[in-house]
Amino acid sequence: MTTHAITLNVNGRQREATVPARLLLSDCLRHTLGLPGTHVGCEHGVCGACTVVMDGRAVRSCLTFAVQADGSRLTTIEGLANGAQLHPIQEAFWEEHGLQCGFCTPGMLMAAHELLSHNPDPSDDEIREAISGNLCRCTGYTYIVNAIRSAAAKLRAPAPASAA
Amino acid sequence: MSSHLETNILPPSRQRELPGQPRKWIGQSMKRVEDRRFLLGKGNYIDDHVVPHMAHAATVRSPHAHARIVSIDTTKAKALPGVIGVYTGADLATVVDPCPSFASPPVTQRAMAIDKVRHVGEVVAAIVAVDRYVAEDAAELVEVEYEVLPANVDIETSLEATGDAVIHPADRAGNKAHDESFKFGPVDEDFARADHIVKRRLRWKRSSAQAIETCGCISEYSIVDGGYTIHCNTNFSNFIPFVIAGSLRISPTVLRMQPITTGGSFGSKVFIHKIVILTSGLARLAGQPVKYIEDRLEHFTNSDSHGSDRLYDAELALAKDGTMLSLRFDVIDDYGAYLQFGVGTHGNAMAQVTGPYRIGSFGMRLRAALTNKCQQGPYRGFGSEVTNWVLERLVDAAAEELRMDPVELRLQNMIQPDQFPYMIPTGNIYDSGNFQQVYKQAAELIDLTAWRKKAADLRVQGRCVGVGVATCQERSVYGPTEWWSLNNLATPGFTLTSTPEGISLRIDPVGKIFATLHSVFIGNSPETIVTQVLAEQFTVAPSDIVVSYSDTHSGFNGVGPQGSRFTAMITGACVSASHKIQIKLKRLAGHLLEASEGDLELRDGAVAVKGTDRKMSIGDIAMQANFFRLNFPDKPEFDSGLETTAVYDHPISTLPHPERKHLGVFYPMVGHICHIAVVEVDPATGKVAILDYAAVHDNGTIMNPKTLAGQVLGGTANGIGTTLSEEFIYDDEGQFINPNFAEFAMPSAWEMPANLKIGHVETPSPYTEYGVKGGGEGGRLGAPSALSSAIDDALQRYGVKVQQIPVRPSTLRAMIRASGK
Repeated sequence: MTTHAITLNVNGRQREATVPARLLLSDCLRHTLGLPGTHVGCEHGVCGACTVVMDGRAVRSCLTFAVQADGSRLTTIEGLANGAQLHPIQEAFWEEHGLQCGFCTPGMLMAAHELLSHNPDPSDDEIREAISGNLCRCTGYTYIVNAIRSAAAKLRAPAPASAA
Repeated sequence: MSSHLETNILPPSRQRELPGQPRKWIGQSMKRVEDRRFLLGKGNYIDDHVVPHMAHAATVRSPHAHARIVSIDTTKAKALPGVIGVYTGADLATVVDPCPSFASPPVTQRAMAIDKVRHVGEVVAAIVAVDRYVAEDAAELVEVEYEVLPANVDIETSLEATGDAVIHPADRAGNKAHDESFKFGPVDEDFARADHIVKRRLRWKRSSAQAIETCGCISEYSIVDGGYTIHCNTNFSNFIPFVIAGSLRISPTVLRMQPITTGGSFGSKVFIHKIVILTSGLARLAGQPVKYIEDRLEHFTNSDSHGSDRLYDAELALAKDGTMLSLRFDVIDDYGAYLQFGVGTHGNAMAQVTGPYRIGSFGMRLRAALTNKCQQGPYRGFGSEVTNWVLERLVDAAAEELRMDPVELRLQNMIQPDQFPYMIPTGNIYDSGNFQQVYKQAAELIDLTAWRKKAADLRVQGRCVGVGVATCQERSVYGPTEWWSLNNLATPGFTLTSTPEGISLRIDPVGKIFATLHSVFIGNSPETIVTQVLAEQFTVAPSDIVVSYSDTHSGFNGVGPQGSRFTAMITGACVSASHKIQIKLKRLAGHLLEASEGDLELRDGAVAVKGTDRKMSIGDIAMQANFFRLNFPDKPEFDSGLETTAVYDHPISTLPHPERKHLGVFYPMVGHICHIAVVEVDPATGKVAILDYAAVHDNGTIMNPKTLAGQVLGGTANGIGTTLSEEFIYDDEGQFINPNFAEFAMPSAWEMPANLKIGHVETPSPYTEYGVKGGGEGGRLGAPSALSSAIDDALQRYGVKVQQIPVRPSTLRAMIRASGK
């Protein structure tokens, strides 16, 4: 089977891979590049668990071929935190109990990340719209909406002054 | 109480930790200790797990509902580069036996079909290859010739099948797997004296949990000892490993099942027996480790866990003043092609079949139909979600026929707060409750009076707005008699009576507490609850406690998270283990502090002499206990170490009556829920919009308000989907029409009411530690009833009544048009 050499910037790191043309981006991330935080729930583009941010846009990595991502900048769940320091969106999901089994969580976090990157103060309806392509079977969404609202407030708040 | 219950004698309570005491950690909305790994993308679910040298499996599945397998040609598939092996059901049967069956008499089931397929999606061949892509390519090259047989799809006609339509001709002459009748109390007499009998035919259709993670397994066969190392997202790894070992033809001594984080279950991953046996057999045949992960289509068509699929002819007998006298029904359940848990879902429903009402007797005829569909398995409610809905539909119907207010009729018949523990006609008890208070809080939360007036006004204006009130039970903490108590007395099966939960506890030399659970995480909050209970017991900080999970070699007595049992049961195990270690801590500290053990107490992470400042930290005692043996007397009770195990049995249960005059106490921690829904129906499209919603639950003492609220919200979302959109649709040939997330519509964030109001009442259980009850299923146990009632109210002008679940928009629109109004 023909393979293709691709170069991706994943979470700020240059990564190279040689992949079959039909390899899904989700499988490339999970199994080729060793980043299994991106989950696969349906493999037909409905559940949103596989959502990653590609060149600033949230995309379904199960409906994207790895070769289509050649040359792009990707952010996955593994790139959200700063080392062990949780991103404010992750903090907010923790505080607001925005997860139970955790399986849809990476996709939810990435959808929220994209929303807040272009809309720092979304209404609840805008939050619902942003995650309406992400299925969660545990939470009933209420606390996810709360978490994203809280994350937006955290991100809008001025950075705390560093200690003198 | 009717005389048939006189032999059902309640044992005394074994509660040690009394409710209502001041607590530091229990009752707090502590952030979950499980969450960091999930937030960081390090959950380590089954498909994230990698075993060296593992190959990957894909399956060939039956396109027919019922057919003989004439031939399977694997030549082309085997020739594909990258294929390691192609195996049929006959090949698999050389290394494994049929799957375990809990039905009695059993229904034979194999992980891969031989000779005959019995539902669409059943596995007929499997490929092991270097990767999943190649395996799926090869699956398409397997050529199977079928001789199609008549498909059993309809629940009633399946019972009459003969000849080639019989699904298991070697086991049974027809497709009726079960036909038993029961009378609990004076049913005939109560119906004879009734002034009014309300009768309805009600249909609850099939759906399933569809957790976002599917089921999967990695299995490795060892030629060293002939055993297997298995990673699988099953909940049952430490409950019945010897049963799995039996199907794998090995001793439990060489079965090593590893705990795996589960991405949601809702019942659907309780056992997943086929996948464990299939993957293990493939690993042995292929001679290398094999990973098999269901894709979504496989999970829809071949998982272990389709939900209830029932037809009821149900009757409620009342006096003319509205007093409920008796309930009876004739129910047929479409169990699909196999009968994994027997009729346990009906045994479950017997826990609360008469609801929150004082109904003196209950009767039932239960028939289980085998059809050409995937088998049923556990799904949030385990059958009680259906009987809740059936009873609430009958109560609404009675209110209409008697021209009474449906809320007043409910309140008139409710069990009173001073009547607990209350024994219902089936023999189960409700441990405690204040149903009136739950209703009152829900009505206030949503302002029921105002909504009823507003809805009536809007209906006058031509809009279809309605209000529905449901008052339902939420049983929790099951005993296992529910699995067999409805079996024929001549074939009762494995009549087990234990569902314990265990824990291992150890304090290390610097005072850190290590807890090991023997049941896995499924999306509940086991580590958080255990941390809260141990922090309370040892008066230490949660950060001094760590929780892990055992495998089958180190594990014991872990039945796992099902039936809303885990919080109550693991809390009991924590209390037992803590008390055992505290005795030794006090013995050691008493010696070191030269104080009597009776004068000591745990305080601020230390063992202290009551009423004084003299104390010694748990860490200092632990250092002595682990490294300074000569500081203590040379007696065995001072031997090194601070560790123990504890197994907590079901807090209160009794046996079924030998002739089944009652079923005993088996599901006694019973919460109460009141859901009130306000909906607007668009009569042109049948779409239901939820305008307002309140859900008030009483789950006894609340361990963690935030996580309990999460269960209520998620369960309610699940119940909304069950009621309004989720349906497995089959055509006349038994083809499953909508096995995908695009056409099986689960609620998204848009389908959830934006202003869902939740509330809690706390009536502690007198039987469990701290008074906790389970709360994992309640939302789905209440939402269908409240929404059905609200839709009826909204569609008064059309006379449309909800008599099936779900009522998808197309169903509702058809009913509106059929009304001719």
